Amino acid sequence: MSLVFISYLTFSLRQNAISEATWSALFWLTILFSVVNSVGKSFIGEKKGAFIYLYTMASAQAIILSKIIYNTALCLLLSLGGYLLFSIFIENPIQDPLLFITTLFLTSFGFSSSLSLISGIASKANNSNILMAVLSFPVVLGILLLAIKITKNALDGLDRSVSVDELLNLLAINCILTALAYLLFPYIWRS
Amino acid sequence: MKRFRLEWWKIVTIVLLYYTVIAGILFPVPRLPIMNESIRLNYFHVPMWFTMMSLFTFSVWASVKYLRTQNIKYDDYAISAAKVGFFFGILGLLTGMLWGNYTWGSFWPKDPKLNNTAIGLLIYAAYFVLRGSLEDETQRGRLSAAYNVFAYAAFIPLIYILPRMVDNSLHPGNGNNPSFRLFDTAHNMKMVIYTAIIAFIMLGCWLTTISLRLRTLTKLQNEKL
Repeated sequence: MSLVFISYLTFSLRQNAISEATWSALFWLTILFSVVNSVGKSFIGEKKGAFIYLYTMASAQAIILSKIIYNTALCLLLSLGGYLLFSIFIENPIQDPLLFITTLFLTSFGFSSSLSLISGIASKANNSNILMAVLSFPVVLGILLLAIKITKNALDGLDRSVSVDELLNLLAINCILTALAYLLFPYIWRS
Repeated sequence: MKRFRLEWWKIVTIVLLYYTVIAGILFPVPRLPIMNESIRLNYFHVPMWFTMMSLFTFSVWASVKYLRTQNIKYDDYAISAAKVGFFFGILGLLTGMLWGNYTWGSFWPKDPKLNNTAIGLLIYAAYFVLRGSLEDETQRGRLSAAYNVFAYAAFIPLIYILPRMVDNSLHPGNGNNPSFRLFDTAHNMKMVIYTAIIAFIMLGCWLTTISLRLRTLTKLQNEKL
């Protein structure tokens, strides 16, 4: 939110419009920061008692799946909100909104599954907030690179068949990451 | 204390490495425009990546094994292999930069493969940071093993799939360039490059065993104190 406002203020100082590349870079920067901060809280913020309560109540698989679904919704909300704010305050250069929103959905899914697991790992360490950023950045970057490419296509209003490859790739990476998070989480949870 | 003995495969490694260096520097190579003699870097640049990938794969295998058996031995395997693999990754980047400077005109040309590899190495740097920040041995093993497996899954698309999807890459097999086909390579180069790949992978295994032994000895010493 504040980042959107800062970029709005920055760009309103010089009255001319920003280029599309800058728009895309700013947008994804905003989304990345807000998502890492909010999803990172999913395990780090919780108290010891909550852990024990969850541990006795549900199986590890159920917990990670529900966390992933909840975080997907949260990410989607954040990125749609970001899109809305960007288009109100700055401008909306997207020529193919449906493609862009599909991308937003897929990236939220990928972000939430990878960040949920990493947050689970980081919550066990001492300085978890710093560790969260260090661990998540390189893992998330692969998803982000693909998303930026599709964003470019959506900005230019290219034919959808151009982006099908990237979309499928994004979906495949998401599936792999989610499956791994599902498999690996029980080992982290036990400690 | 056991007397130091050179095992047979280590001798083979030494011989093969000598062959690689001598043949790589002295044997005739095809003269191509732009490449000229810098093609000899092929003998040293490519094997680095092969070694790095095989060590990282071994590291992931050890991590999976650790998660299944909880045997601390596999955790040691994983960290040693990852360390040596990281070292070879750095060497691969350095040789690549040297080569790129002579043929593409800059140490860091605009190539997604370079950037993605640098990001990929950051993943392993993060893995080392994670290990450093955890105190308890079993917890460290479990968490870092989980991260290792997860990171490997993010690492593979980053360096093998994404660079192939763009059209401005300089590496063979990416963008619109023809892929690196072993059968296309000139015959006298083929011999050397196969040898070099095998030799450097064996060197990687050797370094891993050394790092492993160092870990074990340090642990023993700490227990004694």
